[in-house]
This record gives sequence, C-alpha cells and structure tokens, in this order.
Amino acid sequence: MKNDRRARIKEVADRLAAGFVSAGALPVETDSLLPADVLLDLYGEDIRARAYVTHDPVQGEQMLRPDFTVPIVQRHMAEGAEPARYTYNGNVWRKQSGGRPTEYTQVGYELFDRTDPAGADAEVFAMFSGMLAGYPIKVTTGDMGILLAAVDGLKTTDRRRAALRRHVWRPVRFVRLLERYGGMTPPLETRSDLLDQVAAQGAEKVLAQAGTPQGLRSEQEVLARIAVLQQDAAAAPISSEEVQMLEQVLALKDTSSAALETLRDMAASFPALQAPADAMEDRLKAMAARRVDVDSLPFEVSFGRTSMEYYDGFVFGFTSPDRPDLPVVASGGRYDALTRVLGQGRSIAAVGGVIRPEALVAVQEGAL
Amino acid sequence: MSLKLGIPSKGRLQDKTIDWFAQHGITVQRTGSDREYAGQVIGVDNVELVLLSAGEIPKELAAGRIHLGVTGTDLVREKMPSWSDIVAEVEPLGFGHADLVIAVPDCWVDVTTVDDLDAAAAQFRADHGFRLRIATKYHGLVRDYLSGEGVADYQLVDSQGATEGTVKNLTAEAIADITSTGDTLHANGLRILSDGLILQSQATMFASKTAEWDATALSAWSGFSKGCGWADKPF
Repeated sequence: MKNDRRARIKEVADRLAAGFVSAGALPVETDSLLPADVLLDLYGEDIRARAYVTHDPVQGEQMLRPDFTVPIVQRHMAEGAEPARYTYNGNVWRKQSGGRPTEYTQVGYELFDRTDPAGADAEVFAMFSGMLAGYPIKVTTGDMGILLAAVDGLKTTDRRRAALRRHVWRPVRFVRLLERYGGMTPPLETRSDLLDQVAAQGAEKVLAQAGTPQGLRSEQEVLARIAVLQQDAAAAPISSEEVQMLEQVLALKDTSSAALETLRDMAASFPALQAPADAMEDRLKAMAARRVDVDSLPFEVSFGRTSMEYYDGFVFGFTSPDRPDLPVVASGGRYDALTRVLGQGRSIAAVGGVIRPEALVAVQEGAL
Repeated sequence: MSLKLGIPSKGRLQDKTIDWFAQHGITVQRTGSDREYAGQVIGVDNVELVLLSAGEIPKELAAGRIHLGVTGTDLVREKMPSWSDIVAEVEPLGFGHADLVIAVPDCWVDVTTVDDLDAAAAQFRADHGFRLRIATKYHGLVRDYLSGEGVADYQLVDSQGATEGTVKNLTAEAIADITSTGDTLHANGLRILSDGLILQSQATMFASKTAEWDATALSAWSGFSKGCGWADKPF
C-alpha cells in the first residue's frame, strides 16, 4: 500500500516537471550532498535545526540537500546564460517535528531574468497557479519589497535603517527595535549606565577597568560600538507618523488591486512607497495579461515574512484550507538578495517556486 | 516485568540520588565491588536498578528500556526534541542545580544583553567575514533560545569540555554553558548576559512514556509513590 502512494507521488511529480519542461525550462540535477559551509553562511544556525549535517574526513561538513535553490543558483552563476529557466524534480531532506516525512520530493521552477522583473514574477506565478488549478487549495501573495522600501524611507540614521532592515525577517526583534527607535520603550538601563560611565571617564578608561582583553573581538571593535551607541542615544526618535505608517504597511491585507490603491494613498504622504507601488502596479498588469484575476487575488504585505530570509520581493504560497496539518503545498517568490550573498558582489534577478507533490496528493485524498 | 530504575553510575549525582531515596525510606545500594556496576533497591519490591552514565539516561528513557531515571532537565531538553511526549517529570530532586547561560568576555563592556549580542554579531560578521562563534555542547537549547530572541549572524561551534577556555584560545567569541556558581566563568574572564539565562536545570526523576508499564511495574511504582509522595500513576 505504501508503495502505491509513493508511486502516485512520483507520478504527480513527473507530470509537474513535464509541465515545466514544456513551458521551456531546462531540467537540471544537483548533488544530494552539499558543502555545509555555504549553506551555513547563507542561512545561519537555523539551517542546522532543519538540515541533516554529516561529516566527511576529507571534505569536512556536508549537508544533505535541504533545497535545490542554492545549488542551482551557484551553477547558474558559474556557467549559465540569461535569461534562463530551470526545473528540477528530486528529493530533499529536512528534520521535522510531529511525524512529518523527513525525506520528500520537490518539483521546482527557477527563472533568471534581469530585464523584466514584473513579467518574470507574473510568468512564475501564472505557471504555478495554472498547474495547481482545480485542487482544493487557496493562494496568498505578498511583497517583501514594500516593507523593505518603507524601512529604507524612514527619516532616521543609516544605522537604524540598516538594523531594522536586517531584522525584517524576524518580527519579534523588528518590533522591539522599532519600539526603542520610536521612543515607545525606554532605553536599556545597562546601556544608559555604560554611556554615563563613558561620559564621566572616557571610553578607554571604562574599557581598561573591565579586565584583560581576550578573544578575537578587539578593543577597537568595542570602542567602535560604544561610539555607535553614543550616536544612537543622541539621535531623535523615529516620528510617530512614520511608526504608524510602518504598522499600517505591515497590517495591509486585502485583494491585490485594493491593496495597491491603499498603497497609492499612503505613498501620497510617504514618497518611499511610490516605487514599490509602481512595481506592484506593473506586476498586477503583467499578471492580468496572463489572465490572473488580480481583483480577487489575496495580498498581505507580511506574507512570507518569517518563512525564508532571502525572499525580498513578490512572494506567494498555496495551502490547503481543509488540512491545516499539511505543509505548504507550493510556495515561491523573488530572491535577488540570496543571489547577492551567494555571488559575493555579483547578483542576478531570480524568481522561482517549488511544489511538494506529496502534499498535493494528500490534498487530493482529503477531497475524495 | 520489574520496574527498571536508572540512576547515575558514579559520582556526586549518584550519592545525592541515594541520599534522596534514603530520606524517603528507600534504600538504594550498590552491590559487589566498587567497580562493578550493579545494585539493588530495598523497600520496594520488583525493582531492578540500572547504573548508567548520566548522559545515557535520557536515551534509555526515550527508548523505554528503563521506566524511571534520574538525570538533569538540561540533558532531557537538549537530547529529546518534543521531550514532553516521551517522558514525564515526576519530581525535581532539589540537587544538581545548574544554569545554562550565555557568557561573553568581561572586556566587552558594550555587551550586557542578548540585544547587544545581536548587534555585536552583526558588526563582527561585517568586520571579520564570518559569523560570531558561540561555543557550546547544548546546540538545540541555545539555538532555540537565540532564534526565539531573534538573534542573527551567529554560529554555534561544538565544545564538549573546557568551554570557558575557547574564547582565550580564539576558537569562539562567546560561550553558552552550564554553571552552578559562576566561578569558572569568572576565573576565565567571562560574564553572564543579564538576560542570558536559557534554562535552570536540576536533577529530576523522569518517567518514560514509552516503557511498558505492566502490572508488575505499576505495583513497583505504587511502592515508590507511597514513600516519595508521588501520584497514583506515573503520568
């Protein structure tokens, strides 16, 4: 019986992959064992909680492929010509809680094209939407670029903007930072104490009293951060209008065309929202041209905020409303930021998505 | 099947466990030579004593090879994801206290909170080209804590012993380790972050939810529960 199910999953996976190929994608294979250092540097410790790490006496730490995106981006950057469309169909391995399978198939599609971002977003979305039509699943879309642009447009110090931008994907810390920068929570007591001491005695003296220097983080680095803390303490709080604007942006949830209108209204007071509103309008036009009904397509600015750090533009996800226990059936989005980190200076415009055939089969079974 | 009770095979933890049972009118004693890992329980029938390395006890509980086991909450939470599905906390025993804490060098006067650590990590990565290293053997607990706090740009490096020395040896920038008094941290020029307490651990009696609790094992449980004041059922 179990084999039958596997066979059905494979059948669905092969059919999806064939669909991507007939749309012009080049099928690609990647290694199953990947060097761990690249993935760790990219995703940080979180990936260790999700991926299996193994050790090779010669090659060092290796990771069982947790996704296809990284090896495909690397390969494309090394040898690919643009524009390029790739598809893959293979297994990934992830640690799971709650008895979900730790080995499962992913079928995906990646598009590298820097000429027409709106068109590329629309192409990928329309393709996924078309292939998943008829299944009892619901879709949500979002755009991380709106929040990032709103943060970039804040009238505050570069450091504060950078700190907020860095934590856009970690809502807990983002809110804490925003509350502190907005003067809504008092400054940390330990920090005020330190700054008082520094004001009274000078930073060098405070440091000299603190014990023998040790470790790789040097005295200069500590002094540099004290200077940063001094500048930050002297900076004016982020205005309550801007804090409210950020909160409004974060809470924006509507149909796509209605959300765009709200965004346009907000852009009248906050010009930083003009560019993402224009980008969204271009995308919605391109989607409408591909027969996506943007007047009913759900949109949430915060959608996808915690799922993957490197999504930095349009994002989408398909889930089963009747089976909340199931993983996301399909998801994807724009991840230019990831290619920037992997490319060490070089970057490409990339948008892609992935379907889990196993979840799709389960959704179908639930509907039978 | 008799009830299998796992206790630490040597050292202070074993002595304190034996003392604890003695206070509740149950004699746990080793048999044979000092070097032989065998023992018995007097005062409760149908109990088999199993002497185990403290680090093995969580694994044996999870596998259901022992019904009851004495070990630290730190080990159970580190070694068993979704531990509460697998074991039940019967009673904290009031000894073996240890805190899992995050500590940084004294000379980092600018870092006193986890918030500071996060900011320092961002700058460290920009300056040095790699993520700030935190040495620990409690990977799961530390990662969960830092991820819950929204800390980024760090990495955990494994240290199975002498963790306090890793900063001096330049193999880590900060540490997360167990401490009871803080003396070793202090002697190595390290300071605990004001909100860097991840877990307060102590020796605890755990019951395995995967072990087979047949009538004999349950009758032995009743024997313990009378002396120790435990509930009628293990969980």
